Amino acid sequence: MRVRILFFAGLRDLAGKREWEYDLTEKSILGDLHRRILDDFPALKEMKGAVRLAVNEEYSRMDRPLSDGDTVALIPPVSGG
Amino acid sequence: MNTPYGLREDQIERYARHIILPEMGGVGQKKLLNSSALIVGAGGLGTPAAQYLAAAGVGKLGMVDMDVVDLSNLQRQVLHHTPDIGIPKLQSATNKLAAMNPDVELVQHETRLMSHNALDILKDYDVVLDGTDNFPARYLINDACVMLKKPLVHAGIFRFDGQILVIKPGEGPCYRCLFPEPPPEGMVPSCQEAGILGAVAGVLGVLQATEAIKILAEIGQPLVGRLLIFDALNADFRKVKIPRDQECAICGEHPTITELTDLELAPCQL
Repeated sequence: MRVRILFFAGLRDLAGKREWEYDLTEKSILGDLHRRILDDFPALKEMKGAVRLAVNEEYSRMDRPLSDGDTVALIPPVSGG
Repeated sequence: MNTPYGLREDQIERYARHIILPEMGGVGQKKLLNSSALIVGAGGLGTPAAQYLAAAGVGKLGMVDMDVVDLSNLQRQVLHHTPDIGIPKLQSATNKLAAMNPDVELVQHETRLMSHNALDILKDYDVVLDGTDNFPARYLINDACVMLKKPLVHAGIFRFDGQILVIKPGEGPCYRCLFPEPPPEGMVPSCQEAGILGAVAGVLGVLQATEAIKILAEIGQPLVGRLLIFDALNADFRKVKIPRDQECAICGEHPTITELTDLELAPCQL
């Protein structure tokens, strides 16, 4: 199945991308995708737990199953004001 | 002469465009005139927010800021003008807001919000807007609002992006439900290096004012439990549903944070 990921704010700098796509096996969960993202974009590891993942506009836990066509947003906190 | 809704004649005219809105009416306008808002930070978010709250006739508007106006502020901090360079931001802001709308009582809190003064300063306001530029302040304001059960309109900006969330303690998630801890120091580039499109600060600041007005006039659906993300380069708005975290350190069922603390401030001024 194909899943699109979106990087927001400072993550775009760390990843060097605004978005990316993954082909995943059926029965993949968000945690599987998260691991692959960290492998491909190791700079993101430095943010540690400070990034929220949302699947199709809903903040999700790592055990959430993914489906073909899902969009996963990676959202860091931003402090500017 | 008494007019409907207990408003003066000049107020009926000043707020006519509000009063004619079915959802607002004279009743809603009166609510605004009888309410109060505190804006922490008279900068990129705080100044556009203050403009629209003052224009809308929020009865009492407090602002917290210790800085003086700097030339690099003028690209986005719309209450500050070239002749104001070097004068305290609160003074600069108050002058313009008073001229805009004499109905509004303006309160200046020329101080830095810290754990020892936050509860005292926030407690007398109906809603708080976070217009600060650093994580320690953001977590402090969140924690204080949760403790005081005060609605908080949180927003943050970075380059071309912005985020906004309404925190209603007890009803929806707080900032820590979304981001339990600040990112490791140094991970978010220094503000002078990152940059910000001035107009993006304006968009988010005015969204904050809009949400505050909705809360005070009791109209519409504030962004409780919904994080609105704005990506200016693509002109995309995206809403992400955020649940309350039952294990949140401050607003969860068994809070571990029971008092305010001052996190260390990274050298970062946007």
